[in-house]
Amino acid sequence: MSPNASAPALGATPPTTSTAKLALLIVACAVLAAAPFILYPVFLMNALLFMLFACAFNLMLGFGGLLSFGHAAFFGMAAYIAGHSAKVWGLPFEVSVLLGTAGGAALGLVFGLLAIRRQGIYFAMITLALSQMVYFFALQAPFTHGEDGIQSIPRGLLFGLIDLENDRVLYAVIAIIAVGGMLIIDRVVHSPFGQVLKAIRDNEPRATSLGYDIDRHKLIAFVLSAALSGMAGATKVFVFRIATLSDITWHLSGEVVLMALLGGVATVWGPALGALIVIVMQHYLASFGAWVTIIQGITFMACVLLFREGVAGVFIKVVNRVRGAS
Amino acid sequence: MFELIGIPPQAFFGQVMLGLINGAFYAMLSLGLALIFGLLRIINFAHGALYMIGAFVAWLILQYSGIGYWGALIVAPIVVGALGIAIEVLFIRRLYELDHLYSLLFTFGLALVLEGLFREFFGSTAHPYPIPAELTGVQNLGLMFLPIYRGWVVVASIVVCLLTWFLLERTRLGSYLRAATENAPLLQTFGVNVPRMVTLTYGFGVGLAGLAGVLAAPIYQVKPTMGADLMIVVFAVVVIGGMGSIGGAIFTGFLLGVVEGLTKVFYPEASTTVIFVVMALVLLMKPAGLFGKA
Repeated sequence: MSPNASAPALGATPPTTSTAKLALLIVACAVLAAAPFILYPVFLMNALLFMLFACAFNLMLGFGGLLSFGHAAFFGMAAYIAGHSAKVWGLPFEVSVLLGTAGGAALGLVFGLLAIRRQGIYFAMITLALSQMVYFFALQAPFTHGEDGIQSIPRGLLFGLIDLENDRVLYAVIAIIAVGGMLIIDRVVHSPFGQVLKAIRDNEPRATSLGYDIDRHKLIAFVLSAALSGMAGATKVFVFRIATLSDITWHLSGEVVLMALLGGVATVWGPALGALIVIVMQHYLASFGAWVTIIQGITFMACVLLFREGVAGVFIKVVNRVRGAS
Repeated sequence: MFELIGIPPQAFFGQVMLGLINGAFYAMLSLGLALIFGLLRIINFAHGALYMIGAFVAWLILQYSGIGYWGALIVAPIVVGALGIAIEVLFIRRLYELDHLYSLLFTFGLALVLEGLFREFFGSTAHPYPIPAELTGVQNLGLMFLPIYRGWVVVASIVVCLLTWFLLERTRLGSYLRAATENAPLLQTFGVNVPRMVTLTYGFGVGLAGLAGVLAAPIYQVKPTMGADLMIVVFAVVVIGGMGSIGGAIFTGFLLGVVEGLTKVFYPEASTTVIFVVMALVLLMKPAGLFGKA
């Protein structure tokens, strides 16, 4: 409760951040519900899943203070697993997505066990190298079909009832998955676990001296981040009915870093905004070939040099300044 | 002819030789990275892009001004080094105060821009670069046939690495560099211009990458993506060696090249992943790397 607020009536809830958040959530839901009637649903689904991916990635960077340069491995491997499960094993949508998520988590556990032994730039290089290993595995393993990828993956029925071949139905399901995933991340960040994670990020020796098991916290956060990245990748397979190598390259690992950085790594929802900006940018620049890479690179450089707080960080700063002035 | 566990000796020594060539590039690139890291404490993600530019400079000056391979060996490192100095002065200098991850991200963005620009202007296809006339042909070593150019690359790389090592460990300039790595503010109080030394070190480190690019041009051809793919392997090499010592970077580079070559002989399927597997094993047993200080 802020001290300068006019004394609220007894029993009335003062406008806290949680009610503001609820209002925002309602607005967001309304926008999500209206969006497919205005914009192309496939584009929206893609954007939503990348928003989830960016938020999941940022759990590690923004709140664990560890830059992973290999998150495409979780995204891409989960995509292959979900695609294989739906097409070859004929399993339904929900099971395939869960299998993909589990695959992402398992891979995250392996990466995490190795990478959390080092910090900072070493952590980044290790995750990058490990993801490259996964890439070569995907290139050579027979079930991924190498350069062709897994094609014409059936969307099937959700819970054996709801036909997902309809784009708008699939959109609704994906909106629930993506927003649900992001809410989980929000919950984790604001939980006691998230507080410990932030404490470790800010001062590791102090967190150790307070008796927290640093490695365990980092590992759990990493596995969670990998699992949710996997969920995004596994679900994306059903949007385009294809799982390919482009979902597992280091370019994508770099792209998700850009999304988080552009949106604002210190916030939970900033990376989602960053992802939206990057996806829209890619959509409109797609016909310019190599210029997409060049503009992405310039955005990266500009973010690092000029606004390290990202769009959300700048927004919060402006809001605080306006509030402070009034 | 005798056989080694079912492998004909030509194939065996041929792959070891190929491994040494790859190792020569790993060594030169990780040497540059280690030099830059030692003084600037940053990981230069743009190293691969600058290696690629070195190769392109060689190709461009051959196309447009007729300067051949030997000229390129001098011109390309100078051009790339000058570019590096400009990058350090204009941008990287501003990032020293921040978390080192920011300079990693900055150089990553820079790598994307450089690679994208070369792809835009020169296309994605590979441009062949001729082997200089003096180094064409093949030498019969009895056990195997050695293309002379490949032998030259290995020798040249070893010489460059040893010269760099000598410069650092045995000269006055090198002692300044090592002192700056240990304690830059203290060295500055002795009247040494440390910021200029930092700039020149970055220029020298990426100049080495440019030189490696020229050496690579006749073997791997000149294309915009040639640096990016190599870079990730070099990062793994750097993690394995640990960035504690210059000698360690050189040794690990050659060692892993040979390990990769041997894997191609005995289990070709794993040849692309073996370095990453080695990295995982080293991390499990010695997290600071083979030559790293914990």
